[in-house]
Parts: sequence; C-alpha cells; structure tokens
Amino acid sequence: MRRVVITGAGTVNPLGDDVATTFAALREGRCGIGPLEIRDVDRLSIQIGGQIKGYAEADHFNRQQLALYDRFTQFALLSARQAIAQSGLTFSGELADQSGVVLGTSGGGLTTQDENYRAVYEEGKNRVHPFIVPRLMNNAAASHVSIEWNLRGPTFTVATACASSNHAMGQAFNMVRSGMSKVMITGGSEAMLCFGGIKAWEGLRVMSKDACRPFSATRNGMVQGEGAAVYVFEDYEHAKARGAEILCEVAGFAMSSDASDIVTPSKQGAARAIAGAVRDAKIPVDSVGYINAHGTGTAANDKTECAAVADVFGHHADRLMISSTKSMHGHLIGGTGAVELLACVMALRDGVIAPTIGYQEADPECALDVVPNEARGADVDVVLSNAFAFGGLNAVIALRKYS
Amino acid sequence: MSIKEQVIAIIADQAMVDPTDVKLDHTLADLGIDSLGLVESIFAIEESFDITVPFNANDPSESDFDISSVAAIITAVEKLKQEQSK
Repeated sequence: MRRVVITGAGTVNPLGDDVATTFAALREGRCGIGPLEIRDVDRLSIQIGGQIKGYAEADHFNRQQLALYDRFTQFALLSARQAIAQSGLTFSGELADQSGVVLGTSGGGLTTQDENYRAVYEEGKNRVHPFIVPRLMNNAAASHVSIEWNLRGPTFTVATACASSNHAMGQAFNMVRSGMSKVMITGGSEAMLCFGGIKAWEGLRVMSKDACRPFSATRNGMVQGEGAAVYVFEDYEHAKARGAEILCEVAGFAMSSDASDIVTPSKQGAARAIAGAVRDAKIPVDSVGYINAHGTGTAANDKTECAAVADVFGHHADRLMISSTKSMHGHLIGGTGAVELLACVMALRDGVIAPTIGYQEADPECALDVVPNEARGADVDVVLSNAFAFGGLNAVIALRKYS
Repeated sequence: MSIKEQVIAIIADQAMVDPTDVKLDHTLADLGIDSLGLVESIFAIEESFDITVPFNANDPSESDFDISSVAAIITAVEKLKQEQSK
C-alpha cells in the first residue's frame, strides 16, 4: 500500500473563486447564501441559494469552449486549473498514462437540460444546438479535465447524490494507494441553481426559505449551493521525489449503504462509514480532532449525524469539534464533499476550524461542540469529512497532517 | 364529493386501505403513512384542491397546517379553501 498526499487544490464556490479567498471566508464565517438571481425566480417558493455571483463565463472561456461547457464543467475546469498549477505537475509520457480523473456530480449538465427543455416544450422550438448531449452528460467535466491536461489513465464520474464528491475522492485515493495510478485529479462539481433544479427540490419540502442553520434548534431545512473543488491526489514517493509541496495526507476512506430508506438517514449506516474511515486510516478514534459534518440543516440529518458521531467516538465525541460549512456555502449536492474538504485542509494546514454560522439555539439532540458562529484556533492532526446521501449512501474521508 | 370525503380518499389511497377504514381520529402514523407518504399526501391535496399548503417537513408541528389527525387535516384544508374563496 502506498501513501497518498494532496499536492494541489482549487475551487470556485459561493465563498470565493480560489482557495485563499475561500479560506479567508471560512475563517471570517462569511455567508455566501443570498437571493437567487435566475430566470423565473418569482415562480419559486424557495428564492435563496449559495450562488456564485459576479461570474462571467466569457471571462474564462472562448466561444467554442462555451458551446461544450455547461456551468458545472466550467467550475470543474477552473478548479482543476488552480489545483494542477499549484502541484506543478505536467502530464506526458508514462505519467500521463498513469494519471486520471474521478469527479463527483449529481445533476451534471442540469442547466443545459433545463434550458433546452424550455426551448422545446415552452417555446415550442423544434431544433436544439448540436452539442446538447456532450454538454449535459454527467462525465463531461471529467472528460474535459482529462482532455485539457492530457490525463490518459482511468477517468470517470461518480454520481451518488450528496455523497458524489466523497465517493469520487475515495476512488481516487484507493487508485493511488493501490499503485494503479500515480496521480489522480479528483473532487466534484455542481451547478443546479436553475428553475427546474430548484423546483424539484422544493417538492420534497425540506428546503429553508431563509437560512441554513445546521445543528441549531431553530433549523428549518437546507439551502442549495453551486460550485466545485478539485484536488491533486499523488503518490507520496512521487511527490517527495520531485520536491512537491505537500498540503496534507489522505489517510483513510470508507463507505456504506443504509439499505433502509430512500431519503431518511440511518444512524447505523452513518456510524459504519465513520468508524470504517477511522479503521482504514489505522488511527485511534481519539486522534480525530475535527469533523466537517454533512450537516445539511434538516431536522433528520443533523440529529442522526450527531447520534452516529456519539456512537462511534463515545466520550471523545464531547472533545472533538464538528462544524457544518454548509451554513456558509449551502449544499453543493454532488460537489459538496469536495468544497467541504477545503475546511479540513484549512484545519490541518492553518490550525483554524471553520464555524457553523447561523447558530441560534442549542438542540439537545445535537449536543456536540459544533463551533458555533466563530472560527476557532486549534491544533488538530486528523480530521474527517462526512457525506451521507439520499439513497442511504455514505462516504467518509480521513485526512492527516503532513509533517 | 365533500372536502371531507376527498381528503379521506387521498389518505386512504396513500395508506393503501379502503376509505371506510379511515377514522377521523386516526393519525397518519396509525395508518402507516411515513414522512415521505405525508409529503406525497400534501402534494395530492394541493393538486386536488388547487391550494398551497404551508408545510415544511423539517418541522411539521410548527408548520401552519395541522396534521395531527385525519380530522385536523380536513379542518385545515377547509380553512385554506375558505381563505381562497374570500
């Protein structure tokens, strides 16, 4: 088994258009959720979201590229560009053949679908642009990252709803760990903030109309966000040999299925994934200092997640910190685990724990240290990132400080 | 059909029981309707009566729509229809 390290990170999300800006926002507890600016927003009962404001696609891509790049592909490419630049890697020859891309997404090119359904159904058009299929397909982002940087090894997309990114990064981790790949570009991307994307979520009656307040007794639902984060997962020996800067080590990963209900989360399923990641990392449970929670701000998730953490960690659950940064960037669905891993990297690198903002009132069913409202300085060696998806699919990743 | 009969029909359909087996003092849980079934029932009520039901699954007890029993749901729907005709 080979060691796996992170040598690059990039992001575009509601808190910032790169890692440094995002870290600053997470430290300040800045909220990236606000009124949605999309077509037909007046017909939605949910009118807020973690939308990336001030983003002009023409600033980053030319006309030919935009004909092929849905918004979720654009976010993935911009994030990958930052991550690969930071790693200092270029891909050619044998390294290109041994390097690939695994990205998570849930909706894929949903905005492209939405716009074209509108064109044919609402506007009655009988003709669509020739590239709708390659633009909307779920693997478009992974393929374009592969094309752009000449990554010729294993490349695919993982779609497990809200756990897509964590499942994707788990695959990338195990591919490098097993020696199958030298380098994997991994993370996730989502751009669902279009009329149809939000209308579908509205139907489920789990969305908040005002704010995402994870763990707070006053929480009233989730808020959607959009964006991406992408990382360079690299074989440790390879990174060391070329003198790369190592951001942290990927220590463990586990996944589980509740095998019970299509939307209601299960404590046992979550606990098995959390305990599995700790076991996979071969670390004592009391070495975990911080957990970036799934923390959606729904009644069901937050109490179930806290109960699962209490089960796995016992007395140590009262000493570790657990926060949900969805309070700031919203729920990026298939991209959420990737953006949330940034908070984990920040905890290990900078010794700063991102807060759960919007926290108003303690809930006895979420009686853990949720780092309410203000970031906290803390020296942590091991951190976890939880993701628990609709469909009962759970994926937890463990990171360790590199020294 | 009266509002009462229509609501009972919707609930019976969701619970997969005969309408005559639905009693006014039944809770939805008594009828084996879970949270997902509840959200579906509310959707069916909205579609049948052309109303918007204020309901958030995160906190059903604090939503402005009483779902504590079959009778309560009927009353709440009647109220919403009344407000609509004003």
